[in-house]
Amino acid sequence: MGVEGIGARVARKEDKRFITGKGRYTDDMVVPGMKHAAFVRSPHAHAEITGIDTKKAEAMPGVIAVLTGAQMREDAIGSLICGWMIHSKDGSPMKMGEWRPLADRKVRYVGDAVAVVVAETRAEARDAAEAVEIGYRELPAVTDAVKALEPGAPQVHENAPGNMVFDWEIGDEAAVGAAFAKATHVTKMDIVNNRLVPNAMEPRAALGVYDAAEDHYTVWTTSQNPHVARLVMSAFYNVAPENKLRVIAPDVGGGFGSKIYIYPEEIVCLWASRRAGVPVKWVADRTESFLSDAHGRDHQTHAEMAFDSNNRITGFRIRTVANLGAYMSLFSSCVPTYLYATLLSGQYDIPAIHCNVKTVYTNTAPVDAYRGAGRPEATFLVERMMETAARELEVSPVELRRTNFIRSFPHQTPVILNYDAGDYDASLSAAMEAIDYDGFAARRAAARARGKLRGIGMSCYIEACGLAPSSAVGSLGAGVGLWESAEVRVNMVGTVEVLTGSHSHGQGHETTFAQLVGARFGLPIESVSVVHGDTDKVQMGMGTYGSRSGAVGMSAIVKALEKVEAKTKKIAAHLMEADEADIVIENGEVRVAGTDRKLGWAQVALAAYTAHNLPAGMEPGLKETAFYDPSNFTFPAGCHICEVEVDADTGVTEIVQFVASDDFGNIINPMIVEGQVHGGIAQGIGQALLEGARYDTESGQLVTASYMDYTMPRADDVPSFKVATTVTACPSNPLGIKGCGEAGAIGSPPAVINAITDAIGNNDLTMPATPQAVWRALQPRGSTKEVRHV
Amino acid sequence: MYETHYHRASSVEEAARLMRSAADGKYLAGGQTLIPTMKQRLASPSDVVDLRHVAALKGIAVSGRHVRIGAAATHYEVAGNAEIGRVCPALCDLASHIGDPAVRHMGTIGGSIANNDPAADYPAAMLALGATIVTDRRSVKAEDFFTGLFETALDDGEIITAVEFDAPEKAAYQKFRNPASRYAMTGVFVAKGGDGVRVAVTGAGEDGVFRARDMEAALAADFSPAALAGITVSADGLMSDIHASAEYRANLVKVMAKRAVAAAG
Repeated sequence: MGVEGIGARVARKEDKRFITGKGRYTDDMVVPGMKHAAFVRSPHAHAEITGIDTKKAEAMPGVIAVLTGAQMREDAIGSLICGWMIHSKDGSPMKMGEWRPLADRKVRYVGDAVAVVVAETRAEARDAAEAVEIGYRELPAVTDAVKALEPGAPQVHENAPGNMVFDWEIGDEAAVGAAFAKATHVTKMDIVNNRLVPNAMEPRAALGVYDAAEDHYTVWTTSQNPHVARLVMSAFYNVAPENKLRVIAPDVGGGFGSKIYIYPEEIVCLWASRRAGVPVKWVADRTESFLSDAHGRDHQTHAEMAFDSNNRITGFRIRTVANLGAYMSLFSSCVPTYLYATLLSGQYDIPAIHCNVKTVYTNTAPVDAYRGAGRPEATFLVERMMETAARELEVSPVELRRTNFIRSFPHQTPVILNYDAGDYDASLSAAMEAIDYDGFAARRAAARARGKLRGIGMSCYIEACGLAPSSAVGSLGAGVGLWESAEVRVNMVGTVEVLTGSHSHGQGHETTFAQLVGARFGLPIESVSVVHGDTDKVQMGMGTYGSRSGAVGMSAIVKALEKVEAKTKKIAAHLMEADEADIVIENGEVRVAGTDRKLGWAQVALAAYTAHNLPAGMEPGLKETAFYDPSNFTFPAGCHICEVEVDADTGVTEIVQFVASDDFGNIINPMIVEGQVHGGIAQGIGQALLEGARYDTESGQLVTASYMDYTMPRADDVPSFKVATTVTACPSNPLGIKGCGEAGAIGSPPAVINAITDAIGNNDLTMPATPQAVWRALQPRGSTKEVRHV
Repeated sequence: MYETHYHRASSVEEAARLMRSAADGKYLAGGQTLIPTMKQRLASPSDVVDLRHVAALKGIAVSGRHVRIGAAATHYEVAGNAEIGRVCPALCDLASHIGDPAVRHMGTIGGSIANNDPAADYPAAMLALGATIVTDRRSVKAEDFFTGLFETALDDGEIITAVEFDAPEKAAYQKFRNPASRYAMTGVFVAKGGDGVRVAVTGAGEDGVFRARDMEAALAADFSPAALAGITVSADGLMSDIHASAEYRANLVKVMAKRAVAAAG
């Protein structure tokens, strides 16, 4: 490990511009003649649109155009789609309801876009948006997924009777039934996974520019995957042909999944730029973000786990109802299915699993992948079940987990996944040592003497990152492949540009990717530039989500580097009259092994481009591209242990210790990995203790639509984390990387809840475990009235 | 934000005159509530009359145990005022925990009291300290000043110029923050003075700040946390929202009161 090499804690190259306010975000982009858009949104959760009158708005100062859904239909702009086909257990395809970019017949959630005003200034656009007159005939609304399945519930989409999107299953129901018939103990739980609002620091934004002379479109937008945005906007929304559409995702201030999807607003801005003949910019305000960003989680589950007399799990039965909101967002269908149910084996050797998932339309914002996406829901379920079972079986939670750990690899689970490598006991032991697990009893006694209830809880999680290979995800219904592409351009003087289909919106790719390239050729990272986020520059890409940029994106770079290296060696061997096999590249030099013959890296690069003396038949240049399709998922895993103190008087939980021991495989930059873990745990603690999106069940209004009511974790809500890593290299990619972006958010919530329930001696506690919720759980049963909601 | 006209007043009289000539004016006394509300387009005053630069509204004077705080004193100024700290440190402590540093440097005591947000901290202090609210027209006892949610005894155009009180023997404020907004979800100010004990509760009452009379009686007999052990706080009349039910708030009133008494020493 050098100062900048693989494994070095290199400070992030991109941070200078971020910290000094010089980042270039979509809202920083200004083009000549640019105008501003404001959306008119539905104030109702469910209503028929009886009329739209734009005349008054059109007469307002500065207004250039007021556009509606009818005009989008005129221009044959397509409806938004979900890109992953799931079939119900009866074989029928999922019921995709129509999602118009601007609703013209019916609105289905508060915030549904109905019209757009384009005006000279943002303020004028907003003023005029208030003057657009829309007639609504209000309909009853339903926001809770279980209630939406009940007979007589309001119907969200005509083509989805009973609001059922699909009724899907995985696993062997009969085998599970047989296991339960012989079980000596069964643990049963009803578990809610609370709905979350992603809250990226930068709100969504788009700037659409139509060039009539070239008949060409450009859109700057807050995207995690610009090439996918271009594909979808071309192939499905009919906004522009792919060759005439440039999508640029410049600096993007966080995504957490919410910027994977193509939303109505960027389609509308791009379309409006042609229709109104002016460049159109829109930037969401925070309220719009709350209302219209795809939300996360929102599962209600009943689960049963069967054990034999040796405390070994013999069967696991799960029934989940997942809220998809008012429309099917781009990847919404795969989250509660292939990203959730396939992880229900956890770290345990479970012979039989059966999971049924019903996905449901409601009059709420669409729900899609949010940091972890399905895996936090699975992990919370499995790890709450394990903790509860240990309490019921009166064995230590550590012992129950160790009894059931998978210990040989590869391991085929009953729910598709084939785990390639891992050492779960190593993670658990490391975490226990780091938190001084054995000293807990004494700490609990000391806390009791201070009047505090102290508890400890753990979570042994596994996740799957870098969904792959493309052929496998295709067979499961994915509408796209999940490879990644890269291009490595060695310039004439030996500096290097890496063009990647991954997209950095906080992950530090400009540093990590440069470290990878620098290490390969012995170059300083300052001579390596990373280019991403522009479909005109980067050949192709699938973007960044699901912790795939390391495992898949960097592997694609490795493949391109290998080609560059091979060509470099050929040229060098030719120039130095040596055997290609004897050429080594290190420390910025290309040398013949065992001799003093060498060339500078830049000399070889220049030779490639002068082409004065190349091997016969070789093309000039030193630039290679690669596509990489992994052979398998990667399986990061680890153990989180949380220790809390609860104030029984108020129900306040203080996290006094939090330890994460993670196996991410090989690591390029430990500092960046630790930052990812810290951020992930903060979000996990947010879910466990603080966050929860709440709709009013009658009116369908989002009650938590601002930071006055939606509790984001603040610095003083989280402790200083102790994080450590163990390493089993991933065998299915060239770098042995597993992915670290989501693990913190996946592993931490059950550890927190297991710790609190341990502290208070009551297992009946749902997330978020707010002070009120914990206080209520501490009261003798029946002594308090039901919580009244607004 | 809708269009509005901004006026910077240099005297109380000028401010009052500007307000009289405005179609639908609002005083700006720090703007920590008004400006966000305007940005949300939930308020659209035709005119905003800024009081922050009126010299007569500034200044803090402590004479013996008598305290006079100009209405335009910021929370930061109150929090750090050594003379108040000498006679009534509980008020400095309260001011030092309002909002965040940015809020404390902009927000003023007059603005907070005039707004009478049911979750604001200062109304509890005013009530418990038996303060007098001085305006450009009269003096009003705190008891009579806070009349309901966001409602006060102020008449149209009336300007708070100062608050005055005699520092109590002992006092303390304890608040339980709303987890999201960090306003007081329940805050209790306890003061023990020559005329007895006052316990004022903010953040909990359906009608805003109120006095907990049975606690006052118990503490008058025995100023100790233990004296509150037998008190039952009724949930009737307390607010209920997604963060805290009336029952939970009732519990918090008692817990915060005990802690305030303990802190007052």
